[in-house]
Formats: sequence, C-alpha cells, structure tokens
Amino acid sequence: MAQTTVPLKKTPAPTNWKTWLGVAPFFLFAILFLFLPSMRLITASFTSPEGNFTLDNIRQLFTVPLIVNAYKLSIQISAITALGGGILGFLLAYAVTVGGLPKSLRPILMTFSGVASNFAGVPLAFAFVATLGRQGFITHVLRDYLGVDLYSAGFNLYSFAGLSLVYMYFQFPLMVLIMAPALDGLKREWREAAENLGATSTQYWLRVALPVLLPSILGAMILLFGNAFGAYATAYALTGGRIGIVTIQIGAQIRGDVLYNPGLGYAMAVGMVVIMAISLAGYSWLQAKTERWLR
Amino acid sequence: MKFLNRLRKFPFLAWLWFLLGALYFVLPLLATFEFSLSWDPAVPFKAYQRAFEDVRFWRSFIASNVFAVITIIACIILVVPTAYWIRLRLPQARRIVEFITLMPFVVPAIILVFGLIRVYSTPFTIPFTNIVFMQALTQFKAGTNILIVAGYMVLAMPYMYRSVDTGMRTVDILTLTEAAQSLGASWFVIITRVILPNIRSALLSGALLTFAIVVGEVILASFLGVNAFGPYLFLLGQHRAYEPAALSFVSFLLTWIAMGMIQLVTGGQNQTAGGH
Repeated sequence: MAQTTVPLKKTPAPTNWKTWLGVAPFFLFAILFLFLPSMRLITASFTSPEGNFTLDNIRQLFTVPLIVNAYKLSIQISAITALGGGILGFLLAYAVTVGGLPKSLRPILMTFSGVASNFAGVPLAFAFVATLGRQGFITHVLRDYLGVDLYSAGFNLYSFAGLSLVYMYFQFPLMVLIMAPALDGLKREWREAAENLGATSTQYWLRVALPVLLPSILGAMILLFGNAFGAYATAYALTGGRIGIVTIQIGAQIRGDVLYNPGLGYAMAVGMVVIMAISLAGYSWLQAKTERWLR
Repeated sequence: MKFLNRLRKFPFLAWLWFLLGALYFVLPLLATFEFSLSWDPAVPFKAYQRAFEDVRFWRSFIASNVFAVITIIACIILVVPTAYWIRLRLPQARRIVEFITLMPFVVPAIILVFGLIRVYSTPFTIPFTNIVFMQALTQFKAGTNILIVAGYMVLAMPYMYRSVDTGMRTVDILTLTEAAQSLGASWFVIITRVILPNIRSALLSGALLTFAIVVGEVILASFLGVNAFGPYLFLLGQHRAYEPAALSFVSFLLTWIAMGMIQLVTGGQNQTAGGH
C-alpha cells in the first residue's frame, strides 16, 4: 500500500508584500528625507539654466579655479589630518593596548577619545582660539617663559596649518577608537612564535603585526579622511569662510549664488558625495579584508 | 642589576605617546577654562554668570534640547520596529536597510541641508495642476521644525540603528515574541512592553549619542534658520570674547557627561559620531 506522506517540514514563511509593509515607514522616511534631497541635487547638477540636460556643470568642476582649489584644499587637509591623526592615534592605541602601559589607563583614554571625537564644531574652534590664538594660553606661555613668539615665527591659527591642528583634535581620537579593538586582535601566539624563531621586536612588528594590521590601519585612515572632508562647522567657526574648502564653498553657495550658476553649486555637492562614497566603499572593502585575520 | 632590568622594560615610548595624546586632549580644555575665568579676577565666574543671564542662551539651549528629545523619540519609533521586524520576519531586508543607515556618512550635513532646502522650499502641488495643497515646509515655523527634526534623524540614524540592532542581537527576539503572542499580546504591546525594556541600555546609548549630536549641531540649524544652541554660540563668538569660551567649556562638559554615561550603560563599547 503506497501512501504518499507529505513531510511536515517547517518552511520559512513566504514573504509576501504584507511582510514588507513592516519596514515601509522606514523606507518612506528614507525616500522623503534622504533620497529625494540627494536625487534632486544630482538631477539639478545635470540641468542647464534653461532646464535642459547638460554635462557642462560637471565639466566645470574641473576647470573653474575656485572649485578646483576648493577640492584641492579639502583633499589636502583631509589627507594630512588623516595621516597625522592616524599615526598619533595608532601610537596611542598601541600604547594602551600592547604597549605595556597600566591597564587602568585604557578606559580613561577610550572615554576621552569618545568625548574628543564628538567634540567638534563651534566649541572646538573656540577652544583652539583660547589655546593657540593670538591671546591664547600656549601662545602666552611660549612667549613669556620660553621667549618663542609663535605668530612672529609665522604661525597662524586661522590658516591651513592651524585648521589642520584643530581637525587633529577630533581625528586622532577616532583612530584610537577604531584601532584599539584591532590591536586587541593581535594574537599573543604570533608574537611568541616570532620570538621562538629568533625574531627581534622590530622584525615582529614589520613582518607580522603591521602586515596583519595594515588593512585596518588604511581603512581607519580612509574613514578619517571622510570625517575631515565632510567637516564644515569647525572650519567656518574658526576662519569665517576664509579658507575655501569644499564644504565652505557649498555653504556660501546655499546662502547666495556665489558661483553665479546654481547648477555648478549642485555639481559641487554631487562631487563631494562621490568622494565620500568612494572613501566609504574603500573603508568597507578594507574592513572586510581585516576580518580575515583579526577576530 | 634588577633596577636596570626593570628600567629596560619600562615602556618609555608608550608613555611618551600617551603623554603627547593627553596633552593634546587636555591643553585646549585647560586653556578654554583658564580664558573663561580671566575676564575679571575679582569675579572668577563672571563669564559664566553673563552667559547664563542671557535669555537668548536659554531660549536656544532649551530649543536644542527639545529638538534632541523629539529626535530621539521619533528615531526610536522609526528604528526599533524596523530593526525588530527585520530580525523577526524580513532578514532579506537587512542589507538594504543597513546600507541606507550608512548613507549619512556619504551625504554629510551640509549636503543634506542643501538637498532638503532644494526639495522643500517649493510648495507641494497636486500633480499636473497648479493647485497648492501644502505650503513649502521652509515657509512656516512648524514646517521648518519638521525639516530639522527629520534632518537630525537622518544624522542620528547610523548610530541609533547600530545601537538598537546590537541590542537586539543579545536578546532572543523570537522566543520573547512567541511567548508574548501566546499570552495574547498585540504587536504594540510586544514592542513597547517586551522588546523596548530588553534593549534599554542600547537605546540609552543611542539616545545619548543622538543628544550629543543634536545639541551642538550648527549646520542644519543655521541654514534652516532655526534658533538653536549651535548658531547662537557661533553668533556669540562673533562679538563677545569670554562668554563663548565659558559656553564652549560647558558644552564640552555636556559631551563628557553623555559619553561617560554611554560608557557606563554599555560597559565600554564606545561609539563615535561626527557632527563637525
């Protein structure tokens, strides 16, 4: 007697359109306040003043000196502070994880890093004016006690170098926050194995630890790059728009059509989104590579 | 000999980096504090007194706090059911939703506000006609407030979503839901009485981070013309010297309190935001 039995296997509930309704509010929100605004900027950047399709605005991104300069400045300041902040942040993270400092210092540094990486914008600019401005604390101390006059030696807080110093304040703590867990991932056995094979500490770092950490260091630095690239308030509060980085120029364009071509302003915004997207993609790609070894 | 040995093991370099970092951290704060006290040696806290006496300070500071609270509540209402539903029924939506929550890293605040102004500064008309059914959001106060809260929600989304999602990973959503359902609980009751209490530390850490982002935020507020604390502090800095230093130090302390509390509730799993 042949009997066909229907196996009572639990199949995953078929997802019909009703299941998707559960996430509809989220998508609606994202469309209204994230996609619509971004799409509008993108379409506007391909529109000529007469309302036709044009590539002229994109082309002008690479030819108008004001814009080329803005991108150059932004890329420079982001690269320099990502590198500087990255190195200092890495060394600090190294110091509190495998560097042999007392364990009790670590939570202090981590909390401080959490605060400092979030402490930006207007208050940060003011804090640096009080520190390194013409009447700043350090400026005074150096002049009165060491006889070094920063400003007559050519330093200026309201310059590219000064702004970089200020950016560093939120850059290196971010590096600490990202690198400390990565450094924790270095296995003790790797070091022991290297030492058993007769490697010196330098050899261990150059041949084992740094290659393993490299994707995560690079990824973190790319994140710092994007972090500085998108910054606006700090630069605006410090220099009042005198240093024409991309965000400052876009801000000026929103306030009033300083480029005398609205389409060009939108193109500038889109160029910025493209750079941010590339850096985020680079970061996630390197992050995926990191996970092979660490964790 | 023993002393020498110990000396050789002493991590000089590590201490050097640590001290360098510590100086970088502390000096600007010390300088700001010192400067804020130096207005009148006879009345050390004069700058603070003056700053707190200003009605506009309180108005803008309270406004920012109200925005922060509304943003947090709205974010929780939007993010918790979404993250919950994805974990429970719709895992295939995870990638796309995570991708969307990362978008604010690609669209920084200055671009976001540019786009928001561009979209919402024209009146809404019924398609294919010229009949206006809603004024442009930027044209009236409630509309601007809606825009700014929506913008803040976008900025807070990555942190809020990640906090909530991590919080849900540690509790067994499925079992809790089945248990609640078998007792006859509705979806609303499940989310508010079962899920929310179980992820409260994650919620709190996301909320505090959102708070830290919103209270000091300048870009959205100044371009949308909202009287918030960030633009107020910026304007104050244009024509005063000591009060801005005092308020900068206060806002540092506030950030410190928010981060310290996150440290407490999450047990050290720090997160970071960027509102530069």
